[in-house]
Amino acid sequence: MTTRNIMIVGVGGQGTLLTSRILGNITVEAGFDVKLSEVHGMAQRGGSVVTFVRYGEKVAEPIVEEGQADVLIAFERLEALRYAHFLKKDGAMVINDRRIEPITVVTGAAQYPENIIEDLAKEHQVYSVDAQEEALKLGNSKVFNVIVLGVAAKHMDFTKEQWLNAIEATVPPKTVELNKKAFLVGYEM
Amino acid sequence: MAKKIMLGNEAIARGAYEAGVKVSAAYPGTPSTEISENIVQYKEIYSEWSPNEKVAAEVAIGAAISGVRAMFSMKHVGVNVASDPLYTISYSGVNGGLVLVAADDPGLYSSQNEQDTRMVGRAAQVPVLEPSDSQEAKDFVKLAFELSEQYDTPMIVRTTTRLAHSQGLVELCDRDEVADKPYERNVAKFVMMPGMAKQRHIYVEQRLKKMAEDACSLSINKAEYNDTSIGFITSGIPYQYVKEACPNASVLKLGMVHPLPRKLIEEFAAKVDKLYIFEELEPVIEEQVKSWGIKCIGKEIFTVQGEYSANMLRKAVLGETAELKAPAQVPARPPILCPGCPHRSVYSVLNKLKIHAAGDIGCYTLGAVAPLNVVDTTVCMGASISTLHGMEKAKGKEYIKNWVAVIGDSTFMHTGVNSLINMVYNKGTGTVMILDNSTTGMTGHQDHAATGKTLMGETTKAVNLVQFCKAIGIEHVVEVNAFDTAELERIIKEETARDDVSVIITKSPCVLLKGNVFPDVCVPDSDKCKKCGMCLRPGCPALTKNADGTIAIDATMCNGCGLCMQLCKFDAIEKKAR
Repeated sequence: MTTRNIMIVGVGGQGTLLTSRILGNITVEAGFDVKLSEVHGMAQRGGSVVTFVRYGEKVAEPIVEEGQADVLIAFERLEALRYAHFLKKDGAMVINDRRIEPITVVTGAAQYPENIIEDLAKEHQVYSVDAQEEALKLGNSKVFNVIVLGVAAKHMDFTKEQWLNAIEATVPPKTVELNKKAFLVGYEM
Repeated sequence: MAKKIMLGNEAIARGAYEAGVKVSAAYPGTPSTEISENIVQYKEIYSEWSPNEKVAAEVAIGAAISGVRAMFSMKHVGVNVASDPLYTISYSGVNGGLVLVAADDPGLYSSQNEQDTRMVGRAAQVPVLEPSDSQEAKDFVKLAFELSEQYDTPMIVRTTTRLAHSQGLVELCDRDEVADKPYERNVAKFVMMPGMAKQRHIYVEQRLKKMAEDACSLSINKAEYNDTSIGFITSGIPYQYVKEACPNASVLKLGMVHPLPRKLIEEFAAKVDKLYIFEELEPVIEEQVKSWGIKCIGKEIFTVQGEYSANMLRKAVLGETAELKAPAQVPARPPILCPGCPHRSVYSVLNKLKIHAAGDIGCYTLGAVAPLNVVDTTVCMGASISTLHGMEKAKGKEYIKNWVAVIGDSTFMHTGVNSLINMVYNKGTGTVMILDNSTTGMTGHQDHAATGKTLMGETTKAVNLVQFCKAIGIEHVVEVNAFDTAELERIIKEETARDDVSVIITKSPCVLLKGNVFPDVCVPDSDKCKKCGMCLRPGCPALTKNADGTIAIDATMCNGCGLCMQLCKFDAIEKKAR
């Protein structure tokens, strides 16, 4: 199989690292070679962050480049737009329908674009979800990222059981059940 | 053996474990921090956060002289701090193996420059290995210890952000319990006075020549011959881009980038029609290869800036330009201080008083940009205090009455202490603000000499900053809660007006510090809100405007610090229990 390219983008602090670790574990369990590339340090402080996951028979480059992503998972609308040009023509985009204003917008130096999801949907296969809202229904707003992952999971090469096992192997033991529930909310949407 | 997916830095820690390392010392710095954070899980290794990289280097050097394998790790600019011991231990050589892991940051993800540690290796005459994935990161660390002992030299393992923070599969091995080398007094080797150093310099020259010769048959320097119309000499992460973009090209992959295997390179160059040197940052390999009269192409077409990629290689070498969509024009999202960050409170007061700050390295460097606009300068760790002192000596004490130095507690322990002693000794009058958030924030919360905890989780003595300042002769030392803006304003006015050194220690733990709980949340009252926007000024990301101009506060982001509440003149924000 050709190497599959996944991107997770969002705002520093939204849990892109946890999500990519679940992906890392599932690909290894499924017997693939895998490389993940993350952002640590300064950008984690509320900046734009991107994580690359590549899996296949043998993976060389650890990053996904423009026009190569099979699946783009965006935890925030503006970040979906920022990285949309990384998506392949037939790639799928899963967007958490949430607006987090960057400081450049808060200070009035720039404007937050309107109708991002609608515009992206004209050119791409877009799936949007208000994961924050769904997460609150589960009683913990923090698990929104696993709900988004659940939606995106349908565009990847793993079974439901493999996903649930990977979640169990990755998240803190106390939060396993909550995270599994959250994943299924997205997966069954 | 089991395979595990590991971060580059995690693999380096595993390599140290498997190599039988007994002592590890470091100062946190992106992208090197996770090395020590992973080493600490191996109880066979003593590991510590040292106050700075020079101290870390010397701790490791002492351990190696005593006969055990020792490692010290740091980011590229940390190597500058450690360079004094590094350049001289190169002359002495080792007893137990000694390895420096230096993490470069092409692309400047979290650094103040893009310096290339391979140049340091050349200048200090210390050999440099460069892995290109997690597996090699582990393997090369182990090899570095073997080479260190075999050739009686410290070694550098150089990584970059893309290796340090990428994960890949690693095959695990058992720990090799290396027996301690016996210690024998050897003044000619370990006391670097001029007479001894002269003799050791001769040894260093011979050592490098021998290693360069042996490098031609070193297993990690290998030629992969395929199509010989194009050949690449490359190393580290750029090797992966070559394999991705030109899988059929011939490649000479260098695992050791200093000293270079000249004969091997000459052989490879003779067998390929067109030779490219593909290396990020400086033309370290290229300049040497060209100096041997070998025709090759390097920085004529590849930049010295930032990270490389496979697409870049396709374009530059193959002339392929993929049809790419232009990126959307969207507002930038630079990093910012967190909601509830005590630095925001301090900066909002400094901004109000129109005070300039000589800045330092940490999250609080973000005070340089809008909307806080307080920090005027940032050079390196500890520089805030000394640059302010230099300004005063240049322009006089009146000139710095609207200036302060701002420095974090960890950075103060790193090299700020020297600068503060200097300010007192040389009769300065500056005002120094130690922004004490009880941790090393930017790198992800590491302990330091003033927190009372060690890397290995033990309770220890904590430097008392007030007593320290008083002990070096400072009479005016004030502690204040970082969120008490009225008191902060009064103190800053008073201390900057003084014709003497003063230290203001603003105290409040980092909001992200483990165990920090936030019982309260700030809630706006839209009936009372006059839409003046005062509360928005410090740029807290939890605050936005509603369509009608009133304020909205995102309860999931708010940590209830109350800064916005203090700024509101109409009591339109109140703290409520979560």
